[in-house]
Amino acid sequence: MSTTTERVKATLGKRYAREKRFRFYGLASIALSILFLVILLADIIGKGYPAFTSTYIKLDVQLDAQTLGVTADSTPEQLRTANYNAVIQNSLNTLIPGVTERKEKKALKDLVSGDAKYELQRMVADDPTLIGTNQSVWVLADDDIDTYYKGNIDRTLPESDRRIKDFQLVWLDKLEADGRIESQFNSIFFTRGDSREPEEAGILSALIGSFYTLLVTLALSFPIGVAAALYLEEFAPKNNFWVDLIEVNINNLAAVPSIVFGLLGLAVFIQLFGVPRSAPLVGGLVLTLMTLPTIIIAARAALRAVPPSIREGALGIGASKTQTVFQNVLPLAMPGILTGTIIGMAQALGETAPLLMIGMIAFIMDVPSSVTSPSTVLPVQIYLWSDSPERAFVERTSAAIMVLLTFLVSMNLLAVILRKRFERRW
Amino acid sequence: MTEATIDMTTTALPKTNTVTSGGREEFAHTISGTIGKPYLDGKDAKFFCRGVNVFYAGEKQAIFDVNMDIGKNEVIAMIGPSGCGKSTFLRCLNRMNDTIPGCRVTGDLKLDGEDIHDREQDPVLLRARVGMVFQKPNPFPKSIYDNVAYGPRLHGLAANRSELDEIVESSLRKAGLFNEVKDRLQAPGTGLSGGQQQRLCIARTIAVSPEVILMDEPTSALDPIATATIEELIDELRASFTICIVTHSMQQAARISQRTAYFHLGYLVELNDTKTVFTNPQHQLTENYITGRFG
Repeated sequence: MSTTTERVKATLGKRYAREKRFRFYGLASIALSILFLVILLADIIGKGYPAFTSTYIKLDVQLDAQTLGVTADSTPEQLRTANYNAVIQNSLNTLIPGVTERKEKKALKDLVSGDAKYELQRMVADDPTLIGTNQSVWVLADDDIDTYYKGNIDRTLPESDRRIKDFQLVWLDKLEADGRIESQFNSIFFTRGDSREPEEAGILSALIGSFYTLLVTLALSFPIGVAAALYLEEFAPKNNFWVDLIEVNINNLAAVPSIVFGLLGLAVFIQLFGVPRSAPLVGGLVLTLMTLPTIIIAARAALRAVPPSIREGALGIGASKTQTVFQNVLPLAMPGILTGTIIGMAQALGETAPLLMIGMIAFIMDVPSSVTSPSTVLPVQIYLWSDSPERAFVERTSAAIMVLLTFLVSMNLLAVILRKRFERRW
Repeated sequence: MTEATIDMTTTALPKTNTVTSGGREEFAHTISGTIGKPYLDGKDAKFFCRGVNVFYAGEKQAIFDVNMDIGKNEVIAMIGPSGCGKSTFLRCLNRMNDTIPGCRVTGDLKLDGEDIHDREQDPVLLRARVGMVFQKPNPFPKSIYDNVAYGPRLHGLAANRSELDEIVESSLRKAGLFNEVKDRLQAPGTGLSGGQQQRLCIARTIAVSPEVILMDEPTSALDPIATATIEELIDELRASFTICIVTHSMQQAARISQRTAYFHLGYLVELNDTKTVFTNPQHQLTENYITGRFG
């Protein structure tokens, strides 16, 4: 055997060992990332899924005209201000008789959520002929009751350590035995705005706020970003000091901490231009500044990936520079540009810090109706709820995170699908 | 000029050391102008080139003082080793060099007596008159029909749909592609074979009815059969167009061209009837090249 063969053989074992080690490191790091991801998701889903159901209590209400203080012929305004509290109080007194102590009376009233009277109000407003009849209604339970039924209050603890007292437990056991307690899908979470009461709090206002904010961001950042990328990539002189300076600055902007953009938005858009604060308009403007570098960089990469032969082909036939760019280059770069845009939008959807600076942290109950009405966005809503001590808000925080993640994942998925679908080979 | 010297030595094969093929300085004074018949005395010239120099960014000169005429309805082949400037010169003829940042062309270049590099000359109009086919087939990622119709649509050459159909069909016929694709005009042009794609590009170019077609190594990416088809096509197209073709294949130049220009390191060394160039080259460098001693 020649010496080369022997020497190579001597090193082979070492080489293969190194290769195996390297593969092991790679696999280990991937496994670690997946583990953390699973822990994160399991925690969020584990905490969040109970928020999708709510506990309801069945009440037999007597909608009699005397207690309510209205008749079927009353005006809508009178129907709205009728004494529904008394009706609920009466109904509860019938279910749990013999409550006399003041503290217990208050506790009895608090079994049901503050939303119960609005539920009755809506029923009567829809159909005033219900006045004078007896009705069975499922009303929302208070968040403490809900928390108890979701197993988050341990009844074996000493009474002083839990939010539900012994006498309340007796009532609940009685109601449950009567089949008056039920868990239902929590539609309120998706159809209402924020509330001080966790059982009445929903994410709709934040969702719509996010939608308007992203709409403004997209409408501004996409055309501006694509135009800037087209100019820089196709028309700007190469090796020019000013063009290079602009390029460097765009890359730097992509790395600027987002809170700085928030301060800029506060100083320029709100103070200088008088854009209403807390509005999706100003949020969109600030997020546009943040998203622009991402879109410009992605769009330039996509334009650069279009082979020069396509440009030459068009120019060689006599297309002008602009025709070449818009008819031949841009369509080919579009999938890449769209992918970059969607990723930029996903970033904007998850952005919180700059929006705190421009007042989008306000407590907003109403669903915003336009880009100038005060609103909040999903990540800020999550931030607000995560500050609340009630167990029910902890649930809702995780549930809102799940909703936000769902949107982010679908947006990224859309980007992948677009890329696959329009990918061209040449 | 050191770069050029290095170029020279790397392109020379070792066995050529008996032949004079040294550096530029040595070579530069072996020519006091182009050898052969660069001018078309008394005949109409399509292109008129006098003292053409091309500089790339950083004042690197790619073409040195090229003087030549290109006649109507002739196929002129430009040959020479890699980096000799033949493609650069070809791209001067329709101002494709404008797209290269820092590229500068000086000298007198005229198409039918009009200055090509004049400020008044519109490059878009020029390129409609002087079409170009590239080395790598580059059909647009559109249908075959749209590829051919692109130019006519761009320049508004067809008044209506049926006229456009006519232009597309006749262009495809002239390019010898119609029978192969007539049933799938709406199929993507990028789905054709390499040779078909190149003929599609030729059809796309002639759809604009240019006066001149520039071809930059049109068959270098194709197999011999596709190459033969394109060569036949070029011979047929000569009746209607002036064709300038850059090629690396001397056999191809000998087969299809009437005149052949030999470029070397940016100089036009020799330009003569194709037959003369290949049977009786006047310059030592030309002889070295065509006999395969280097290049």
